[in-house]
Amino acid sequence: MSAVHDAAPVAARTNPVSQLVRDSLVIAHRNLIRMARIPEMLVFGLLQPIMFVVLFTYVFGGSVQVGASTSKEAYREFLMAGIFAQTVTFATAGAGAGIADDMHKGLIDRFRSLPMARGAVLTGRTIADLVQTALTLVVLAVVAVIVGWRTHENFGKVLAGFGLLLLFGYAFSWIGALIGLSVRTPEAATSGGLIWLFPLTFISNAFVDANKMPTFLRHIAEWNPFSATVQACRELFGNLPPGFRTPGAWPMQHPVWASLIWSAAIILLFRTLAVRKYRSATA
Amino acid sequence: MPGAIYAEGLVKHFGDVKALDGVDLDVPEGTVLGLLGPNGAGKTTTVRCLTTLLRPDRGTAIVAGIDVLKHPDAVRRSVGLSGQFAAVDEYLTGRENLQMVGQLYQMRGKAAKARAAELLEQFHLTDAADRPTKTYSGGMRRRLDLAAALVVRPPVMFMDEPTTGLDPRNRQQLWDVIKQLVSSGTTLLLTTQYLEEADHLAHDICVVDHGRVIARGTSDQLKAQTGGERVEIVVRDRAHMAAAAEVLRGFGKGDTTVEEHTRKLTVPVTGGAKLLAEVIRELDSRGIQMDDVGLRRPTLDDVFLSLTGHVAEENADESGEDPQDPKSHRKHTKEPAQ
Repeated sequence: MSAVHDAAPVAARTNPVSQLVRDSLVIAHRNLIRMARIPEMLVFGLLQPIMFVVLFTYVFGGSVQVGASTSKEAYREFLMAGIFAQTVTFATAGAGAGIADDMHKGLIDRFRSLPMARGAVLTGRTIADLVQTALTLVVLAVVAVIVGWRTHENFGKVLAGFGLLLLFGYAFSWIGALIGLSVRTPEAATSGGLIWLFPLTFISNAFVDANKMPTFLRHIAEWNPFSATVQACRELFGNLPPGFRTPGAWPMQHPVWASLIWSAAIILLFRTLAVRKYRSATA
Repeated sequence: MPGAIYAEGLVKHFGDVKALDGVDLDVPEGTVLGLLGPNGAGKTTTVRCLTTLLRPDRGTAIVAGIDVLKHPDAVRRSVGLSGQFAAVDEYLTGRENLQMVGQLYQMRGKAAKARAAELLEQFHLTDAADRPTKTYSGGMRRRLDLAAALVVRPPVMFMDEPTTGLDPRNRQQLWDVIKQLVSSGTTLLLTTQYLEEADHLAHDICVVDHGRVIARGTSDQLKAQTGGERVEIVVRDRAHMAAAAEVLRGFGKGDTTVEEHTRKLTVPVTGGAKLLAEVIRELDSRGIQMDDVGLRRPTLDDVFLSLTGHVAEENADESGEDPQDPKSHRKHTKEPAQ
C-alpha cells in the first residue's frame, strides 16, 4: 500500500469515438468470458429454436398451405427464415437479463463511476450478444440442413440473408438493453424481454402465409418489421413457396430495404433511449 | 481554499422524499471523514452525488479541486469508489476484474495487467487470483472491490459502508488496509453506521440524520458534547443494590441509574481513575461484592442517542451494549430508494 500518490490519475483521452470503441470492446470481452463460463445459457438458448425447427417441420409440415402448396418440403423451406428471425429476436431477453443483473449486483454503479465512454457498457453487451446470436444461427442452420432445408440462391445472397438477420437481432438487443435498465430484477427483464415477442412473431408471415389471415391481422403482419426481415430472407434464400403471391404492401414488395430501415430505426431510437437511461440509472 | 472533498447545500429529492436536505462537507486533503448515520439518513445519497452517480437538485460539490457537476468525467478519473455491495463480476477471476477496471480507467493493457498483479499481491489475493470471484468469501470480495477502487491510485476515495456484513476478523483486516491507505496520503470519505468504525478510522465525524448534518467534530469533541465519564458497577448480590446505590450517590455528579434485572448501577462522575479507585475501596469496605466495575466513557452510540433521540440502528435495544462487539452492529435493512 505504499506511495498511493506516485502515479497521477490517467490523463484524458482526446478522441471520444476511439474511446467508445475501445471501452466497448473491453466490456464485450468481459461478457464473452462470462458466456464461455456459463455454457448452459448458450445451450438453452439453442434448444428452443432447435425444438421449434423440429416441431414445426414434423407436426405442421404437410398440413399448412403456403402459397399454392401444402407439401412438407414447401413448408419446411418456408419455415426456416421465420425460425431464424424469431431466434435472433430472443437476443432481447439475453441483453435485458444481463444488464438487469449488472444493475442488481452494483456493477453498473462501478462502471458509471469510471471515466469510460457512456455508451460502452451497453454497446459492449450488445456486441457480445451479437456474437452469441451468430453462433446460435450457425448451429441452427446446420440443424435446418439436417432436417432437409435447402437454399436456392447463390452464396452471396444467402450470406446477405444471414447478415440481415444479424442486424435485426442486434437492433433487438438494444430494445433488451432498455428493458434491462428499466426493470428491478433480471427475472423481470427475461419475461419482459420475451412476452411481447410472441404476438410480434406470430402476427407475421413467419409461420404461416399471411395472405390467408383476416384482413385486419394481415395488414399488421405486412407492416410488422419482423415480417419484412422474414420476407427478405425468403427471397435471398430462394425459399418462397411455389405459387406465392407477394402482398402489395411496400415492405413486402421491398423487404430488404424495409428490413434495413426497420433495423436502423430501432437501433437509433433504442440506443438513444437506453444510453440516456444508463446515464441516470441507479441500482 | 476548499478541501479535497467539498460540498455545500446538497439537496436531492426522490419523488416526495427529501433524501438530502442541504448537506455541507469539507474534508481537508489527507484526512478521513466518517459520515455516520442510521439507515436512510442520506449517507449513500451523499456519496452518490459526490461520485457523479447522482445529480443533486441543488448545491455545489468539488472533489479533488474539480467541480463535480461541471466536469463529471474529470472527477471520475480522480476518485475511487468502493460500494456498499461488492461490485465485482462473479464470473470473472479476481485478476480479470482488476484488469478490466484498469482498462476502463484508460490504462493500456500491459499497464492494467501489471497493476492488477500488484494489487492482488497487496490485498493477499494472489492465491485466488485466477479463480472466478464467485468462489470468494465475503471478505475476499470486499478486498477485491476495494482493490478495484484503487487501480489508478486515486487521490480521493469514497467508501460506502465498507465493512457492513463482515465478520470481526475480516472487518479488522479491512480496517488495517484502510489505515495504510490513509497513512500514504489519500483523502477518504467513509460512510458507516458502526459507531466504532468511525471512532477507529475517522479524523472527523459528521453525524447525518434525515438528510442533514446534525453534528460535526472529532470523536472526542462529540463525546465531550454528550457529557463526561461514568462509573458503572454490577453487584453480585441483589440485596446489596440499595447500599451500592448509596455509595455511588456520594461520589456522583448526577442521578444514579439502577437496573434491577441486570444488577447494574451507573452514575456520572468527574475524577477519572483516581475516583474509580476510591469508589472500589468504599464498596469493598462495606463488604459489597462486585461482578464488574469500570469507568465508562461515552461511546459514539451515546453521542448519537443524545443528538437524535434514537439509537443508530433499529433493533439495537440498548445503547449500553458492548461497543467492542461488532456482532451487536448488524445491519437490518437496506437504505430505501437509492
